[in-house]
Amino acid sequence: MENQFIFTLLILLLPLASFLFLGLAGHKLSHKAAGLVGTSVLGVVAVLSYYTAFQYFSMPRVDGVYQALVPINVTWLPLGELHFDMGILLDPISVVMLIVISTVSLMVHIYSFGYMHGERGFQRYYAFLSLFTMSMLGLVVATNIFQMYLFWELVGVSSYLLIGFFYTLKAAIAASKKAFIVTRFADMFFLIGILIYGFYAKTFSFDFVDAENARNIAGAAFILPTALFLMFVGGAGKSAMFPLHIWLPDAMEGPTPVSALIHAATMVVAGVYQVARMFPLWIQYAPDTLHVVAWVGAFTAFYAAAVACAQTDIKRVLAFSTISQIAFMMVALGVCTEMVTGHEHHGSLGYMASMFHLFTHAMFKATLFLCAGCLIHAVHSNDMSMMGGMRKYMPITHWTFLIACLAISGIPPFSGFFSKDEILSASFAYSPWMGWIMTGIAAMTAFYMFRLYYGIFWGTENKEHHEAHVPHECEWTMTFPLIFLTLITCVAGFIPFGKLVSADGMSYDFLAHFDWMLGAKSCAIALVSIALATYIYKGEKQPVAEKMKAAAPRLHQWAYKRFYLDEVYQYVTHQIIFKYISKPLAWFDRHIIDGFFNFLAWGTHELGFNIRGFQSGAIQKYAFIFFLGAIIILFIMIL
Amino acid sequence: MIQINCLLILSAVMMFAGIFGFITRRSTLAILLSIELMLNAADINFAVFNRLLFNGQNVDGFFFTLFSIAITAAESAIAIAIMINIYRSLKDISVEKLEKMKW
Repeated sequence: MENQFIFTLLILLLPLASFLFLGLAGHKLSHKAAGLVGTSVLGVVAVLSYYTAFQYFSMPRVDGVYQALVPINVTWLPLGELHFDMGILLDPISVVMLIVISTVSLMVHIYSFGYMHGERGFQRYYAFLSLFTMSMLGLVVATNIFQMYLFWELVGVSSYLLIGFFYTLKAAIAASKKAFIVTRFADMFFLIGILIYGFYAKTFSFDFVDAENARNIAGAAFILPTALFLMFVGGAGKSAMFPLHIWLPDAMEGPTPVSALIHAATMVVAGVYQVARMFPLWIQYAPDTLHVVAWVGAFTAFYAAAVACAQTDIKRVLAFSTISQIAFMMVALGVCTEMVTGHEHHGSLGYMASMFHLFTHAMFKATLFLCAGCLIHAVHSNDMSMMGGMRKYMPITHWTFLIACLAISGIPPFSGFFSKDEILSASFAYSPWMGWIMTGIAAMTAFYMFRLYYGIFWGTENKEHHEAHVPHECEWTMTFPLIFLTLITCVAGFIPFGKLVSADGMSYDFLAHFDWMLGAKSCAIALVSIALATYIYKGEKQPVAEKMKAAAPRLHQWAYKRFYLDEVYQYVTHQIIFKYISKPLAWFDRHIIDGFFNFLAWGTHELGFNIRGFQSGAIQKYAFIFFLGAIIILFIMIL
Repeated sequence: MIQINCLLILSAVMMFAGIFGFITRRSTLAILLSIELMLNAADINFAVFNRLLFNGQNVDGFFFTLFSIAITAAESAIAIAIMINIYRSLKDISVEKLEKMKW
């Protein structure tokens, strides 16, 4: 059974080969050839991923559960009873992630043909995209937490390289550094968590069912909440949870297709995926900590939605929307209270909802970002004030953007409605408070998305700018991915996701006990928000928006400045940490530590300088001393 | 039969003559000769002790002497080649001129 999946190794090796080839020989290729190499390799990877998924989900269930398969697992570093393994693990969530990553990555590869056309370093760009895809795929198929961590760092590096792709722009350099440092800071906690976990549980493996592993883990029960929470901090860094979210909005300095792939669809959900991976342990040993995760997620969702309502840079709005939606997935995981799935059990619904939302969100958020890329391509600006009335110029972008907006707002029959509704059901099952909070945030989502939509495609048109440079629809390489992803968004809601993925693997038919009242309620709330946004932002003149801004200038300013969190970070790092900790430490290093070693070097030098006369170069003198020495030793021996 | 003491005294005299020559002579050629003297003293000792210990039963010491003579020959060939090179560059082979090999 496992041997038939040995080909999945190719899914990792092909992008790696493409990265090495394009990285080493790319500069000898033309732009077109390099792009074709990268894209065709990704095409093969996508086909292999679909084939894997098809094969996997058509396997017979054992005890009602799809078995986790490990086609390959090699011991990489043996360390006594612990060992670091490298391998491939296929189970429902990793297979679903393979589909998400390869689909979005393939679409972004195709899209980049048009978007990055004629850019310097085109080959380098495709090499980095391959590296990222390889690392992300390696992350999701990891068989143990340590392998996950290795690939986790690799996606961090490729994200850093791609954010700083335009390395002549100051903002891009600053953003890439910020992203790298913030996520590294969080990853430090992840590593500490892994080490604590490994030390006490004596295993890194994700195989929690294995009898010996289960016994060892049970022995470490007292430390598991701490270890898991530390791992979650790492995940919060990658998935931009408050207060470690500050790098994500800045990461929008990278090329827009990169934002779509890395900072919307795949890498930023790694934190959610990590929590889902460790989910059996969370539920069994740390349910209270898991609910802390839920509240962190809820606050993040609210905060990001509030900020998104006031931004004018379209990519910033989308970035905050991404933060908010990822927080939805975290909440869904956090509100779980049990592993058992079944029609009376809502405590485990969140797990499935979270994975489902991850899937649907990846598709529609990638669409939104790619649309934003088309708009930026057309008007050469990120700012909403340069747009307005774009629906006349770019019909395809307009329609795909509208559908994606409807999906993210939770309007049936688009995919977002189904996944978000499950998250809301799970939240209500946990506590009505959580349910109502999340419903409110869902309403805010609909509001800010339609504010964005009207701001771009309707509203006040920047006629002066548009007459000087008439915007036009993009070429087919850019519109094809939009249409493809939108089609997925239209049908993905009808995938019987609960039958494929659920907390304990048992088949779970969501529609059979769908809470129609709740669905209608959330749909109605979303419609009201959309209507409100339409009323405020659709018109050529927007008196209501102006009045609102004037009524609460301070609130608007605070939201616009993202509640000054970046300034707080700036103050804490520069004014407190750098000034009062780093500077004295640097002084100590330069004067005391360096001084000590300089003294040692100086002493050695002086000593050598003074005794160098012994080495006269007269061989006979050496021989004489040697002879004397021999005689002295002889005497000592005799005596 | 010659006393073994006589042979040992001979080799000791050769050894110290060699050491004395090595330390005091100026010409590198003379120093090379002194080295040969010391090695020959050692060879005599090998032969003598072989005779003393095994008395013809075993010939290890003699073999070692032959071995040592072969090495001595090779070593003097190298030493003379070095001296020729030194002579070519310095036009002299006395040791005092060879003081460049220092700090």
